[in-house]
Amino acid sequence: MGLIDRKLPDNVLTTTVDSVINYCRKGSIWPVTFGLACCAIEMMACGAAKYDLDRMGIIFRATPRQSDLMLVAGTVTRKMAPVVRKVYLQMPEPKWVIAIGSCATSGGIYNTYSTVQGVDEVIPVDFYVPGCPPRPEAFFDAITALQKKIMTEKVVRK
Amino acid sequence: MINNNISEVITVNMGPQHPSTHGVLRLVVDIDGETIVNVEPDVGFLHRGTEKLAENRTYHQVIPLTDRLDYLSPLSNNLAYCLAVEKFFDVKIPERAEYLRVILAEMARVASHLVWVATHALDIGAMTVFLYAFREREEILDMFEVGTGQRMTSSWIRIGGIRADMPEDFFVRLKSFTDKFDSCVDLYENLLTNNRIWKMRTIGIGHLSDEDVQAYGTSGPLMRGSGIDFDLRRDEPYGIYDRFKWEIPVEEAGDTYARYKVRMKEMREANKILQQALEQIPATGEVMTDDPRVALPAHEDVYERMEALIRRFYIVSKGFKAPKGETYQGIEAPKGELGFYLVSEGEERPYRMKIRAPSYVNLGALNKMAQGHMLADLVAIVGTNDVVLGEIDR
Repeated sequence: MGLIDRKLPDNVLTTTVDSVINYCRKGSIWPVTFGLACCAIEMMACGAAKYDLDRMGIIFRATPRQSDLMLVAGTVTRKMAPVVRKVYLQMPEPKWVIAIGSCATSGGIYNTYSTVQGVDEVIPVDFYVPGCPPRPEAFFDAITALQKKIMTEKVVRK
Repeated sequence: MINNNISEVITVNMGPQHPSTHGVLRLVVDIDGETIVNVEPDVGFLHRGTEKLAENRTYHQVIPLTDRLDYLSPLSNNLAYCLAVEKFFDVKIPERAEYLRVILAEMARVASHLVWVATHALDIGAMTVFLYAFREREEILDMFEVGTGQRMTSSWIRIGGIRADMPEDFFVRLKSFTDKFDSCVDLYENLLTNNRIWKMRTIGIGHLSDEDVQAYGTSGPLMRGSGIDFDLRRDEPYGIYDRFKWEIPVEEAGDTYARYKVRMKEMREANKILQQALEQIPATGEVMTDDPRVALPAHEDVYERMEALIRRFYIVSKGFKAPKGETYQGIEAPKGELGFYLVSEGEERPYRMKIRAPSYVNLGALNKMAQGHMLADLVAIVGTNDVVLGEIDR
């Protein structure tokens, strides 16, 4: 639901407010720490000194209530899937999801009885990052793609 | 009237989505006020069925699965598995490959301990160490990338040797890394060892006596931090570890601080091994055995000889057969004794693969370590346990 909700056509006012809000949002993406497996270590490496996610305004939050991005980094198992979904539902709108690594994308090499074949079976995914685990550069590619996507969102008039 | 003497045990849940459980560990904690009465780990949130998958894969195809067990030190897992398979065949590994295996395994140990000190300090509240430790870890990962093409899960140690020789740049980088790494450990120790907050949070926390260690079967730093002088690299040598001189750090206290000191010292000792290996390594030589039972035939042979072509095709498409029997090989992984138990029915695939994961056994002592401490100390105790859920749940 937008603020005006289809009462006005697109005009200079609504689009300018949109772009201001989107600009702020894209510069302060706060992901929920949701390291599941190997990819989480590369996610930590992204947050550390060399790659430094902070410079893009990304600060990991430990609670879904303060987050607007979920980085699913690792294998989602059948036991974990309800938890993933619960954490996702606890996040306030607007929210995005990036599936990191082959396991979160498609199950990867683990085609077994206990593994969910891709996290998109339980929650909607915006971006998929291939790799096992993906390089930090691949993370950044996904983040910049997400920033582009955020800039196209309509906030005032949905 | 408020009665202050009421003692009521309540149960709280910690995890699986919690920043300091190092993955997806769930702890069911019974607390009386803030004092821990009982901790029950609930594992299995990362159960991927590795052991079952291994039964349907050829011996070579299992190697990538072992990478993803203890994902902080994938090359140690490769080494343990490959040594176990090589026991079936009694393969002779070329000299240069033996040295490169030691180098890779010790680099993995340093990388794993760096993540441990980073996250352990971060959990307790010292963020600076995290940034410094990951700086050095990035250098190790860069070296892995130069040598193997992958930062973490490289599957570089293969049955009968290693995949390919390392480029010159790898050794140049490693030389400069080993020269300066001791001063890096000094830096971490400057930040932590005499830090008053660090000492208050770690000394006397999570005590394990040597009887407890033997009763629970914990290994690695959890054992050496309690005064037991045992290291598989020295006491049941595998590979060429008997050629190096290094010390095995042992601390008597058995608390979190003692285990911290053991791991810090282990990083320095691993660096010593790396330096000696760099000096002793033969300048040239094969890195893969020519044993036709496990190794692929040389490329030149494949192009010229029919038998070599058939053999290569057979190994690639079907795998090689291991003799009937069973083997066990344990190595001193960064977290403790990592063992692979393989049962062969004389086929190309293992009939059963059992992984003796050090974190799983070490986690068993968590309840003993945590009882009687404050809830806030549980974070330090999980950190000192250095668990990796990949190998606990498998």
